[in-house]
Amino acid sequence: MKAKWFVTVLAVALAGMLAVGCGEKKEEKKAEAPKQEAPAAAKKLVLGVAGAQSGDLASYGLPSVNAAKLVAKEWNAKGGVNGMMVEVLPMDDQCKPELATNAATKLVSEKVSLVIGHICSGATKAALPIYKDAKVVVMSPSATSTELTQSGSYPNFFRTISYDLIQGNAAANFATGVLKVKKIAVIHDKGDYGKGFAESGQKSIEEGKLAKVVMFEGITPGGVDYSAVIQKIKASGADCVLFGGYYPEASKIVVQMHKKGLKIAFITDDGVKDDTFIKLAGVDAEGVYATGPQILADNEVFKKAAAEHEKEFGSAPGSFFAQGYAAAQTLLNAVAKAGSTDYDKVVAALRSEYVETPVGKIKFDAKGDAEGVSFSVYQVKDGKYVLVK
Amino acid sequence: MKDTLMRYVVKLVRQALVASIWLSFLTLPIMVIRVDTIEQTVTWRWMHLAYMAVGSFVLALAWYAMMDRRDRGQAKKDLETVERVSALSQFLSDPRFAKPLMAFGFLVAAAFPWFFSLYQTNILVSAMIYVVLGLGLNITVGLAGLLDLGYVAFYAVGAYTYALLNHHFHLGFWAVLPLGAVLGAFFGILLGFPVLRLRGDYLAIVTLGFGQIIRLVLENWGDFSYGPSGISNIDRPGLFGINYSVEQATTYIYYIMLALVILTIFVTARLKDSRIGRAWLALREDEIACQAMGIDNTRAKLMAFALGATLAGLMGVVFAAKTTFINPASFTFMESAMILAIVVLGGMGSVLGVILGAFMLMLLPEYLRAFSEYRMLIFGATMVLIMVFRPEGLVRAKRKVYKINVEAAG
Amino acid sequence: MEYFLQLFLGGLSRGSVYALIALGYTMVYGIIELINFAHGEIYMIGAFMGLIVAGVLTSLGWPALSILAIALIVAVLYSAAYGYTVEKIAYKPLRSAPRLAPLISAIGMSILLQNYIMLTQTPDFLPFPRLIPELAFMDRFSNYLGTSDMFIIVTSLVVMIALTLFIKFTRMGKAMRATAQNRKMAMLVGVNVDQVISVTFIIGSSLAAVGGVLIGAHVGQINFAIGFLAGIKAFTAAVLGGIGSIPGAMLGGLVLGWTESFATGYISSDYEDVFAFLLLVVILIFRPAGLLGKQRAQKV
Repeated sequence: MKAKWFVTVLAVALAGMLAVGCGEKKEEKKAEAPKQEAPAAAKKLVLGVAGAQSGDLASYGLPSVNAAKLVAKEWNAKGGVNGMMVEVLPMDDQCKPELATNAATKLVSEKVSLVIGHICSGATKAALPIYKDAKVVVMSPSATSTELTQSGSYPNFFRTISYDLIQGNAAANFATGVLKVKKIAVIHDKGDYGKGFAESGQKSIEEGKLAKVVMFEGITPGGVDYSAVIQKIKASGADCVLFGGYYPEASKIVVQMHKKGLKIAFITDDGVKDDTFIKLAGVDAEGVYATGPQILADNEVFKKAAAEHEKEFGSAPGSFFAQGYAAAQTLLNAVAKAGSTDYDKVVAALRSEYVETPVGKIKFDAKGDAEGVSFSVYQVKDGKYVLVK
Repeated sequence: MKDTLMRYVVKLVRQALVASIWLSFLTLPIMVIRVDTIEQTVTWRWMHLAYMAVGSFVLALAWYAMMDRRDRGQAKKDLETVERVSALSQFLSDPRFAKPLMAFGFLVAAAFPWFFSLYQTNILVSAMIYVVLGLGLNITVGLAGLLDLGYVAFYAVGAYTYALLNHHFHLGFWAVLPLGAVLGAFFGILLGFPVLRLRGDYLAIVTLGFGQIIRLVLENWGDFSYGPSGISNIDRPGLFGINYSVEQATTYIYYIMLALVILTIFVTARLKDSRIGRAWLALREDEIACQAMGIDNTRAKLMAFALGATLAGLMGVVFAAKTTFINPASFTFMESAMILAIVVLGGMGSVLGVILGAFMLMLLPEYLRAFSEYRMLIFGATMVLIMVFRPEGLVRAKRKVYKINVEAAG
Repeated sequence: MEYFLQLFLGGLSRGSVYALIALGYTMVYGIIELINFAHGEIYMIGAFMGLIVAGVLTSLGWPALSILAIALIVAVLYSAAYGYTVEKIAYKPLRSAPRLAPLISAIGMSILLQNYIMLTQTPDFLPFPRLIPELAFMDRFSNYLGTSDMFIIVTSLVVMIALTLFIKFTRMGKAMRATAQNRKMAMLVGVNVDQVISVTFIIGSSLAAVGGVLIGAHVGQINFAIGFLAGIKAFTAAVLGGIGSIPGAMLGGLVLGWTESFATGYISSDYEDVFAFLLLVVILIFRPAGLLGKQRAQKV
């Protein structure tokens, strides 16, 4: 008896959930109707933030949510954007393509017109067609796949981070041009981001013909021990390591390289140019080179945002916080300048209005990449990333 | 009467109090202390302890009350020799009511996209994909009793079949759909052969390994599969070359899936009572007795793997067409575990159960979005609770009863 | 030859890490035949407990070695309590349930515990203090093995031997073997099965905690998700060696470590996991009960 009772309750609950979903939708439709008649009258502006907010990649997605909240708070304290109170709507996708499409359709169904996200390039690629169809402006703080902007197939996509090709070239040119190394071992974390960076770096090195790629290999992320690959680098006679990936793996490799007495130049990407890397690797982080957007550390906006974060959430900001903050700033600024959330006007404003952000004074080019983010190489010195002149 | 009730309540409160103190103690360091090992600072958050104490007390109260109910129900059930058939299930199995009910359900399902938003339709398509996956795995695990922890590999095979053929040769959805199924079956047999001798958890780990190998190859063999960056811009299903908007395409896929779900339900329901279906059940109960009865074990096992894999391959194609982008991240071990959870949570071997399980596990996280960061916490807790309070799954599988009319025969 | 030796010792260190987690895993697994997905999470909680204790004590200015000792003790106690509680909540009510039910509740528990740590601590990676001191005489071997590698190899060896002796010679060990063989029979001859299972979980979880603290200090960083991968590797090692066999878990871990190390060194690290799993499949095809598992004849 109880068994069937349980199933009945479950069925009713599911039906109820569906009904609630339906009800919500109807309400929105009602709310939407007067929108055209009375624009911007004590309305709210919903800023969707999509990305990995649970699961093992959550640490890359949650900082953007915090960043968006901080920017929203700042605008709201000033009376909102064009009188509209900004509300942040986080949408989890765990960096999985199928969940990204769910998140995207959810945001589209809720008539959200501005989205920060997604975090991973794969999830972003899966979600973009849905946003494109619904004319939603999407700005990613962290999706670096070259084709997202350069293929030109997503006019609604923008990003506040530079893409793999530029980063890979910058790192390769630095290695061959400035450090003048001859044999380079290219290592990546088998991920979308890391491998993209490593491949463009490899290509650039091979085309430049100034150095040789002696090794190109992927390591398993989350591993406890990379000694085998380190011995292999050693045996290959490389005098420089080019690593594509994120800081957890980078710090493990650097620490273990030093333990094994392998002290050669280590050049890596924006995903490692994070203070957490220095914390994780400790003294072994000294001397590591990383490419990244220029004025990050001594940028006034960033300092202020980081202080706000400390005050609001009680901890230092995490990965892609600066980029997420910049995305929220530029999006809201564009709405303010455009005077409405109209797609064409917002896009036009994004392409024409410069904004002071933690990643520099930026606007966006026709393809959606940020202009004004100058790229340079940093080196860890005394526990800090310092610009290499 | 009143006295016993009082005593019961006091007992419950005492138990809950003890549990709450224990849990508060247990979670104390992790809830309260946060350290920064670099700055060497320690943050104490004593408020969390208060929340935990109150929260765990309420939860423990509910837990013990439900446990009591469960145990009493269990005791009652043990006393009964004949399995009770509830009014509801009688009602459901009576064709006079069941048929109109099914027709009604079908009508609701058919009308769904016209009344609900794109989001609702979209997640329902996902849920339906998992219904079919669940039913497929149900053949392997639920009916034949072969624990497969790498089921998602076949799903990946289907998805990559469509993605690659579409990318290189622009083959359409309908052309690849049967191909995906065939390739799925092929890989099912490929896996089936080496593991014929293995049993139980050894089988589980080998299938797990197989699933990992497929994913790792897709991840690393960049020239073939485009590696971790995946394949984007996969065509949605077309019909005579019409281009759809996302909303229309989702509705279209919704109907395709609805048809596939009904087909799968029909096929699996028929399979279950067929000759091979009964062979699987026998295989599940006792391999040796099954062989002794003259059933070809090898064939039955391979059939189970192949049929399960066929459905997964089929769904892979639909999945690739639906998301228009695939990469190896969609085919992790966790995905296999989720599909297995659908089967077990719903009720192994029961078609209705698997459907309910799929809807529950796929829709719950979506509807829990309102809880944002607590979403997965609640999800995990729900899985534990359902298993504890309904260990047989939501719907218990019913075995077909063959009635022999003795008098007529005699 | 030097290269081979480096890979061999690297694999030994890596394998010992796997073995250390697999030892606890195989115990639980051998006795209640449950693929305990939450074991990896207990390992992760042990690491977090170690981190918290180390953080508090460092801020109070204690010396490093005493911190390591206290962190280990506290982590072991708490993880044992967690293991005990998890068993009581998620597995004990399912004793008589169908075989796969506890598996699913274990997956649920694993998701629950991961998110619990993520929400109450941090989703980010945390640096784990280097609690294991560098010994001076190890310096000349640094090309092959570090102090922390040695520490882990020795610990897992000691744990393996202690566990084997415990199971072989103590009363509790005997009861455990009886329970593993046939739970109902054990009950009939007067073994308190509930107690035996609780003790198994407590020991298994304590070992996970030891692993958590040592491996945390060895690798130098932890976050809430490290348990999952560790759990899968440990499971693989346990099955490879033979379910329930303590020396088997050690051997399985080492074989896994060596395979990965040599695959990386001589072929490519792109495919190290592929080789590990291929080896697993091949070994199980030829020895269906694992390397050291007992090949039981089927009852007819």
